[in-house]
Amino acid sequence: MKKIIALIALIVISAFMLGGVAEMRGDDGSFGNPVETEMDDFFLEDSQDHNQVNNVVTAVLFDYRGLDTLGEATVLFSAVSGVLTVLRKYKLSKKENLTKLTKSSKGGKK
Amino acid sequence: MNWFTVFPLIMVVTLIIMGLYVVLFKKNLIKIIMGIALMQNGANLFLVSLAYREGYVAPIWTSAPSADMVLPTPHALTLTSIVIGVATTALMLSFVMMIKKHYGTINSDEVRRCRE
Amino acid sequence: MNFKMSVVVRTVADIMIIPIIVFGIYLILHGHLTPGGGFQGGAVIASATALLIVAWGTLKDNKDDFSTMESTGLTMFFLLALLGIIMGFSLFYNSLAGTGGIFGGTVSGINPGYINTGGTVPLMNIVVGLEVVAALSLILYMMAKRSDALEVEE
Repeated sequence: MKKIIALIALIVISAFMLGGVAEMRGDDGSFGNPVETEMDDFFLEDSQDHNQVNNVVTAVLFDYRGLDTLGEATVLFSAVSGVLTVLRKYKLSKKENLTKLTKSSKGGKK
Repeated sequence: MNWFTVFPLIMVVTLIIMGLYVVLFKKNLIKIIMGIALMQNGANLFLVSLAYREGYVAPIWTSAPSADMVLPTPHALTLTSIVIGVATTALMLSFVMMIKKHYGTINSDEVRRCRE
Repeated sequence: MNFKMSVVVRTVADIMIIPIIVFGIYLILHGHLTPGGGFQGGAVIASATALLIVAWGTLKDNKDDFSTMESTGLTMFFLLALLGIIMGFSLFYNSLAGTGGIFGGTVSGINPGYINTGGTVPLMNIVVGLEVVAALSLILYMMAKRSDALEVEE
């Protein structure tokens, strides 16, 4: 029953996505060629004139959209903190350790 | 309807549906993480395909062949998304390592002993 | 358990980390001119750590050094962002571009590849590269250590 519901959800979601893809074309029916490009054209011109930065992607990352990169660096930092916390060295008491071990061995053989 | 003109977007949908299928129907936690990574790659491909302009070059001015360049902002967002994807995948994999150490299995149906 | 690989693999790994690290530093330093930047160069340098872990099976316990590197990178990044406010502009304003100091040169027309330009962008590339190197190395090191595939020399 659960699998049937999941299958129906999968089919519905894929139908919606394919329908959205069929609508996503340019005005002349070709792929790509976005319509609203004023912001990116400004970046392309201004990164030469103002920043003297040739790689426009880097200029967007570190200058125009620097707050995004700050948040991204923070996410990287917290993910590494999470890895260090999860994988830290910890000690169980002897009794707890024994019960955990027997249970896990039982579960592993199943 | 000419489906060939939206072929990259169809690849995006294929990647995301494959990832969703794996997440919904597989029981192995490592395979579930692989499905999540597939969905991440689908999202990245979608962002890059949004920036495409036909016949334009990469947005780098050093010895550029022409001044017609594709949009730089989706590329920057994709770069951000890739690094975050690596970090979160590492976090999920370390969770799976600890689950394996505690429960002795990575089958998501058998990891239910916490309800005792 | 000993996961050390054979002497051929170890020697080739020792030699190969030099071009890998040099290429990563090139990607970071030329991040504002050519394809590359802090994230990509940091990932390249972190692959040298992965190579060492795979080849040698041992690594010194330098977790604290990596943690210090990562915190330093993030703090320096935020301080460079605050530099725009200190100089009287907005946050993340490129206040060093064209002032003549370090990375502050000016070029008329299209820059042909003159590296001393860009203002705060190359500096941010460097500190972000530091953070990414430390973060990915730390993840690799911790996962290899806790999966018992690594002998730690205390």
